[in-house]
Amino acid sequence: MAGTQMMHRRDAVRALFDPRGDVLVVVGLGTSVGDMVTTNGEHPLNFCMAGAMGGACAMGLGLALAQPEKRAVVITGDGELLMGLSSLATIGAKRPANFALVVTDNERYSETGGQRTVTADGVDIATMAKGAGFRDTMVVREEGQLAAARKMMREAPGPVCIVLKVDPENLPAVARTRDGAWGKNRFREALLGKI
Amino acid sequence: MTSPTSVLPPDAPAWPADIYRTLRERDIKQVSYVPDAGHKHLINMCHADNQMKVVTLTTEEEGVALACGAWLGGERSVLLMQSSGVGNCINMMSMLKTCQFPFLTLVTMRGDFGEGNPWQVPMGQATKAVLEAMGLIVYKVERPEDVGPTVDMAAQIAYDSQQPVAVLIGQKVIGAKKFVKKG
Repeated sequence: MAGTQMMHRRDAVRALFDPRGDVLVVVGLGTSVGDMVTTNGEHPLNFCMAGAMGGACAMGLGLALAQPEKRAVVITGDGELLMGLSSLATIGAKRPANFALVVTDNERYSETGGQRTVTADGVDIATMAKGAGFRDTMVVREEGQLAAARKMMREAPGPVCIVLKVDPENLPAVARTRDGAWGKNRFREALLGKI
Repeated sequence: MTSPTSVLPPDAPAWPADIYRTLRERDIKQVSYVPDAGHKHLINMCHADNQMKVVTLTTEEEGVALACGAWLGGERSVLLMQSSGVGNCINMMSMLKTCQFPFLTLVTMRGDFGEGNPWQVPMGQATKAVLEAMGLIVYKVERPEDVGPTVDMAAQIAYDSQQPVAVLIGQKVIGAKKFVKKG
């Protein structure tokens, strides 16, 4: 389905997170971090990972449970999600109403040379999320759907899963800080007023 | 509310209730687990406590990431698992050291003292070394009366000194699982 009309990932992410509002965000390792740094700068309430692949969803669940009055959002790529796929079931069973998952699905491991992920062979993340117990899911293939996706991510009773099907383009690396302790401490300071 | 300790059968040992009381006193709010027979009484008490947020995991590494997310959001947590689950957690534990997250896990041992299932032995024998290799502080308990006080001090060093800590509850405490003999 190599169409000429595929969404650009940075445009799609910008539509969801600019303006970002007061959501709490866990960003899975890889190109998603570049997307979020490009969109929000190094915002203290965007916790960016650079390892622990497969952990973004479960981390977001712990955050959502700890902050039930806030919206907790995980944004990650298809490769990162697939490594922790069973956390969809853990989240679906727990059903946190304030949890949203955004998967930027380019059907590639873009950090390691653009190898195809299993979503390129038809594995359907949104259907798996639905089967795992997510309350609602949405597959976004064109920019006209992004306003509805933004609304679902921010307001719909969770857990919800939004899959952005995006162009597997090669994007230049984005300079960012990889100090995880700094990321953790500034997140807590911004949210809780203490580290 | 009925006391969560009332879910215990009359013949339950004392140490799971000692852990439960310690977790409450230490303000542990999130409890995640992959079940183990050694933790069954504690798990039942946590489920009976509506102040605790209990998460059933599909694999133990989720519990490591969950604990970090809980801390980002201002809550203390504990991961309950069997020693075999420690092997599932290895790479996820890199987050603990890199980001200096406090972390508390209570590990019931298999493959330890008198194990009757050979499949449990390799991971059970490697559990302490694996945890230490990933930078965790490890306390091992061999006597039932030491379990509660050890968990208490583990919670203290985890959350007051922001360290990753594992308490290993040995098969001398739990008892080796009984198997039906063949032949």
